[in-house]
Amino acid sequence: MEEVGLLMQGFAVALQPDNLLLMMVGVILGVLIGVLPGLGGANGIAILLPLTFAMSPVSAVIMLSCIYWGALFGGAITSILFNIPGEPWSVATTFDGYPMAQQGRAGEALTAAFTSSFVGAIVAVIMITFVAPVVAGFALQFGPPEFFAVMFLSFAAFVGMGRGKPMKTLAVMLLGFLLAAVGMDAMTGQLRMTFGQTEMIRGFDFLVAVIGLFGISEILSSIEDGLRFKGQKARIDLKVVLRTWAELPRYWLIAARSSLIGVWMGITPAGATPASFMSYGVARRLSKHGKDFGKGRIEGVVAPETAAHAAGTSALLPMLTLGVPGSPTAAVLLGGLIMWGLQPGPMLFVEQKEFVWGLIASMYLGNIAGLIIVLVAVPWFAAILRVPFSIIASLILVVCAIGAYTVNNAEFDIVLMLIFGVIGYVLKKLDYPLAPLVLALVLGDRTEEAFRQSLLLSDGNLAIFFHGWLSGSIMALGLAMLAWPLIGAIWPRRKAAAAA
Amino acid sequence: MQGMVSRRQAMLGLGSLAGLAAVSRQAVAQRSWEPNRPVQFVVPAGTGGGADQMARVIQGIVSKHSLMRQPIVVVNKAGGAGAEGFLEAKGARGNPHLLIITLSNLFTTPMATGVPFNWRDLTPIKMMALDEFVLWVNAQSPWQTVAEFVAAAKAGRLRMGGTGSRQEDQIITAALTRATGAQFTYVPFRGGGEVAVQLVGRHVDATVNNPIEAVTHWRSGALRPLCVFDGQRLSGMDRMTETMAWRDIPTCREAGLDVEYLMLRGIFGAPGITAPQIAFYVDLLNRVRETPEWRELMQQGAFNTTTLTGDEFRGWLEREETRHRALMQEAGFLAGQG
Amino acid sequence: MAIQQIAGREADGPMRAPEGVATAEGFVVPARDSVAGVSVRTMEILTSLGFAMAGAAAIWDSLRLGAGWSGDGPQSGYFPFWIGALLVLAAAANLLSVARAGAPQRKAEETFLSLEQARTVATVFIPTCLYVAAIPFTGIYVASAVLVAWFMVRLGGFSATRAVPAGIATAIVTFVVFEIWFLVALPKGPIEDFLGY
Repeated sequence: MEEVGLLMQGFAVALQPDNLLLMMVGVILGVLIGVLPGLGGANGIAILLPLTFAMSPVSAVIMLSCIYWGALFGGAITSILFNIPGEPWSVATTFDGYPMAQQGRAGEALTAAFTSSFVGAIVAVIMITFVAPVVAGFALQFGPPEFFAVMFLSFAAFVGMGRGKPMKTLAVMLLGFLLAAVGMDAMTGQLRMTFGQTEMIRGFDFLVAVIGLFGISEILSSIEDGLRFKGQKARIDLKVVLRTWAELPRYWLIAARSSLIGVWMGITPAGATPASFMSYGVARRLSKHGKDFGKGRIEGVVAPETAAHAAGTSALLPMLTLGVPGSPTAAVLLGGLIMWGLQPGPMLFVEQKEFVWGLIASMYLGNIAGLIIVLVAVPWFAAILRVPFSIIASLILVVCAIGAYTVNNAEFDIVLMLIFGVIGYVLKKLDYPLAPLVLALVLGDRTEEAFRQSLLLSDGNLAIFFHGWLSGSIMALGLAMLAWPLIGAIWPRRKAAAAA
Repeated sequence: MQGMVSRRQAMLGLGSLAGLAAVSRQAVAQRSWEPNRPVQFVVPAGTGGGADQMARVIQGIVSKHSLMRQPIVVVNKAGGAGAEGFLEAKGARGNPHLLIITLSNLFTTPMATGVPFNWRDLTPIKMMALDEFVLWVNAQSPWQTVAEFVAAAKAGRLRMGGTGSRQEDQIITAALTRATGAQFTYVPFRGGGEVAVQLVGRHVDATVNNPIEAVTHWRSGALRPLCVFDGQRLSGMDRMTETMAWRDIPTCREAGLDVEYLMLRGIFGAPGITAPQIAFYVDLLNRVRETPEWRELMQQGAFNTTTLTGDEFRGWLEREETRHRALMQEAGFLAGQG
Repeated sequence: MAIQQIAGREADGPMRAPEGVATAEGFVVPARDSVAGVSVRTMEILTSLGFAMAGAAAIWDSLRLGAGWSGDGPQSGYFPFWIGALLVLAAAANLLSVARAGAPQRKAEETFLSLEQARTVATVFIPTCLYVAAIPFTGIYVASAVLVAWFMVRLGGFSATRAVPAGIATAIVTFVVFEIWFLVALPKGPIEDFLGY
């Protein structure tokens, strides 16, 4: 096959010693960037972009994409250890990853997260290698109605099966939607719910809210019964990696499904965040142990991490073939391509073979390098939990404050973070689930946007969502998902009634 | 006609080069001030967009060619269509270590949102370039010329995709309506690349993408340019497709559509900075413009490389502000107009 | 929003439960749970009111923008309006279920935060508030150094001779990583200004 030959040439480029070195540097920097919340992959790459000016485009993109892989790996670390998602797509990882850490299974959770990230990425790279052109054509099918349908499906997959009281779930989800709407309305340019305050124009950034709701509130609630974290003294060494690996093949079906969801969402390009939520929702729904999700099931880490990494990787495909970034990080890389004198789009694969295949080869190698680096470091990461509370708590607060600030370079966001921390603390103690709030906050405005774009296109006719075969079938799937728990709720009751 | 234009351009180019050299020498001679701490470069837009790219290219050029002792730190303040970045710069009165790069939202944001800000609240330093806009349609559409396109738009409402709301793309659409009488349905999207792909996928009927956002789809045969919204044709002579170069795209006026729009890519400083400080940055940016990296960026994006400083720049800003106000008023985009 | 902020502050300060609730506690809950503090019931009510306020604010602002359905789809205020309205309803439903729970529902009578817990939480929460409040004046580096040192001395029992250097080291490492390596500008104060940054 032609692709294999080209890929081999790509490996020859990527395996040059200086490129290998850049790969390692990139992964390590990326992990560091991913660990610091706020300073995510997109910011990290944007910051380092000017440094790559002096390099050849291939070397530059190898280093920057490795930063990207590193950040994808790194995002999981703080989610699992401290309940603070370093990146939006690591939020779903906290649901089961953090409980696992609290039970003293931090090493296991980290290993599962890294390994499944790797699996997701490799599936996506294989897809990019062999079916790139076909897949790029598929992405062109996605207009606003299809986009809305995908968002609808993410919600449908995730909601309706939480453990909280339905009215409480509804209330927090609505609050999430409202918070997402604050700021400028992208459709008309009007300011919504800013009440004349300049600080409100910016709206509520998702990361600021999440750092507060999850991170700060967790510190507050974990110290109620004494100044310590719900600590764990489990001995952690590299053997935990092997032990977890022995267990992981059991979840191949979840990994396969999540990879598919991720690849699909990365290409469309809806991105890694909805992919991780959707995949978590589907895994919980289809699992026999669905009720135990959120209490530290390893599947709850495998599903979102596989999907997020698969989506993050395949998001590079529409960037390369169409010039449309599938994620904020891809958007910055896109700027980089233009800076290095490359024009992303359909001609790139034809005219810049060395560059494209060098990049694809580095996706394989970068992910392997990344996996090795982070796995070796698992015991160190897990050992952070043994640092005395008085030191680690203040460091977490400092890191959270820096993270909240760097998202928008706004001091007011640090105050918001603290307010969200208090809100999260109160809501959690009153058994309000936080996940629906976060989901609505992160997807709310994009969903509304797609909805209104569609209606502009159809002159206000709602039937547009069911016109195309693609949007129609996704919507139908979403409706079925929504109806599922209802059916499930009615069915046993009828059976019980019959028995009585 | 075309020959004349190119000669005029060449002469203009020479003239400005000579001017540059003179300014450069002068500036070096009286380099009485230079930054003594890192310079913050505010981008009133998100990471990855056109303004952000340009700011980071400038940052990269300055550090690669060691044009300044202190580093440049790029800071994105995108909130409220850039209002946040502008307010930050406005509030930094007399701070010589702050620069801000602007696009058309310098005019449109305060007009559309009513945020208390105006370009006079900043110190204009230099116009680096002007960004072009081209009218694109899908290559499979029946419209080969502007006339056919306008006829179709008059016959039935066409859907125009663009970036953002009440910003440059929508203003051009409003200007098209004014010039032709045809109504368009304007659909806002997030970024220029996304808009171009929506057109390739035929979810919208036309766009006014910048050259750099759509060039690759043009070259792959998916899109067709109809005209460029500039007073003169683009300068690229190299063949981009089998038959056409940038230069072969007619101007909209030539094609019978009297609409002109160019977008500012300019650098401003904080209000109240001193003359030597302004002189330093003008000199710095002149040197940036002379580097091969900058030239390549200009060529790639088929930019209009007009540059202005001082009073000429102020005059241009005055005229553009009036024009934007008129266009936005007419389209009902001003704050409080609904 | 504002209400919840207040609610949060009350949760963290020592606050006596309102009379009615205290009586209910006396009847139903075993002595172990009726320590002084804020009851879950009070917090439920306050939170529901907070949600309702947020919803009402959204409705009010949306009416200003236009919450109708124009020819080409919903106006700017359409979604916020209906979301706000639903939120008010959901909050009302929650409020009702708290009210109706009355006597038998044990959960509603538990203590949300006992006085003792509030004290522990306050040892972390109050310094954090001061830290956030100080950042605009001192910059993030100085504030962070003080926070780290304070936590180590007051909560960890470290001696000042170890805590102060640790705090300063944190600030310097952060400064080098962000300002110098990554060229990311963080909030700075008079000391950094004096040093020429």
